[in-house]
Amino acid sequence: MKYRYLKDVVTLNLDQSKCNGCGLCLEVCPQQVFTIKEGLSSITDRDACMECGACARNCAPGAIYVRPGVGCAYAVLMDKLGIKGKCCGDTCGCTLEGTSDY
Amino acid sequence: MNDGRDLPMYESKAVSCCSSSPEQEEEISYVNCEGFLAGTIETAIDQVARVKAELTASDKIGSFKARWGVGRMSYAVAPGLYAVGNPTPESPVLVSANYKLSFDSLRKELGGLDLWILVINTKGINVWCAAGKGTFGTAEILRMVAETKLPALVSHRKLILPQLGAPGVAAHRVKAESGFRVIYGPVRAGDLPAFLKNDCKAEPEMRRTTFTFLNRLVLTPVEIVGLLKPLAGLTLAIFLLSSTALLVGGDQYRLLAVIAQTAQILVPFILAALTGAVLAPALLPYIPGRALAWKGWVLGMVLAVILLVGAYSNTSWLLKSAYLLALPAIASFLSLNFTGSTTYTSLSGVVKEMGVALPVMIISASLGAVALIVSFFI
Ligand code: SF4
Ligand code: SF4
Repeated sequence: MKYRYLKDVVTLNLDQSKCNGCGLCLEVCPQQVFTIKEGLSSITDRDACMECGACARNCAPGAIYVRPGVGCAYAVLMDKLGIKGKCCGDTCGCTLEGTSDY
Repeated sequence: MNDGRDLPMYESKAVSCCSSSPEQEEEISYVNCEGFLAGTIETAIDQVARVKAELTASDKIGSFKARWGVGRMSYAVAPGLYAVGNPTPESPVLVSANYKLSFDSLRKELGGLDLWILVINTKGINVWCAAGKGTFGTAEILRMVAETKLPALVSHRKLILPQLGAPGVAAHRVKAESGFRVIYGPVRAGDLPAFLKNDCKAEPEMRRTTFTFLNRLVLTPVEIVGLLKPLAGLTLAIFLLSSTALLVGGDQYRLLAVIAQTAQILVPFILAALTGAVLAPALLPYIPGRALAWKGWVLGMVLAVILLVGAYSNTSWLLKSAYLLALPAIASFLSLNFTGSTTYTSLSGVVKEMGVALPVMIISASLGAVALIVSFFI
């Protein structure tokens, strides 16, 4: 099943006029946010976006904008408190690791 | 997080059998590789170490320790090129992180295949987290391709990357600067053999992250370990309060009575912690609402109400209010923390929900603490 987080909060933006229809954003998105319609990419499940940044990073013509970040409360909290380097692989279970990425 | 100082302890000193970049090796040393290597193979450019495509007992013990947070940061493999089976210049090249668990989950799926693994230096962090930080990234891939003389070793110009590495890698830049075309492989290592057989085409379900009941539970040991300290602190605080109350009241000090009272008061807090850290993640899709803090709060409230009409129905009204205020706050905080282990929460969402939830939690928990303290003396 596919989870969706809060409604209408993500920073994802697609400028279709720059899209060349290569489809790489569909390929890299772990949340199936995009669909190709009439040769161009379009955002069809915006609330599923987790702001990982993969689509924007891999879009050669630069048609996608997203502010990438880790949706981890612990990391946000440590950041607010000014404590650095305490995240990922240390105290938190860190996203997806258990789903056997490689 | 971008130098070796953040990685203080490694299981063993750098060992010569795993080749790596010399400038990195002064600061970082790696897991002893003898356990997972099976000799070397001769190639056009150099000898390449061959890895076993199955896990041994020491791999499994290491994984278990890493899951429970024992020496977790020290679980790195030396970057470099490795062989699986008997690869030729035509064999595919897989790129992986040098976190031992990532490396293990990759190689254990590769039995019977002949290919190359290019392990890049992600400072011992898994693919997904490293991609987010950019250490699993374009620059590091380009550096390792050059360093291992990959262009001279293989006849094709293709790199297969884990899809979850994509946030850190610009495929078009790798292509432009090295000539290698990046192909994003499936999310799970287990789908790799099928992906390779299928001419490097991923079925739609190979591209999806799954987040099953088991995944949600597997991620909790580290959180449980993280809970022990605050719970120990709370136990001590309740114990001291109980003792003080007894002495102030002029009664004779009876240790057993104090321990019994401490335990009785403590149990709901432990249940609340488990509710937030284990139950809320496990029941995630079935709790109404989208915000994780809310889901935890709902379960915490249900727990508090059950306790207050049940086993704790004849406690003082002050203790009851302490539970009503504190238990949902605790469960809420811990399930908010679970955002770090989910596969779908966004930074914008977390920031938004924290803005609302944190002040509520802090106020509610503080009032609960006051009520708890007062309840000892009235
Ligand atoms: S990656 Fe960019 S250019 Fe390619 S389909 Fe997606 S939006 Fe269009
Ligand atoms: S940021 Fe990540 S989750 Fe969001 S649309 Fe892009 S690839 Fe998909």
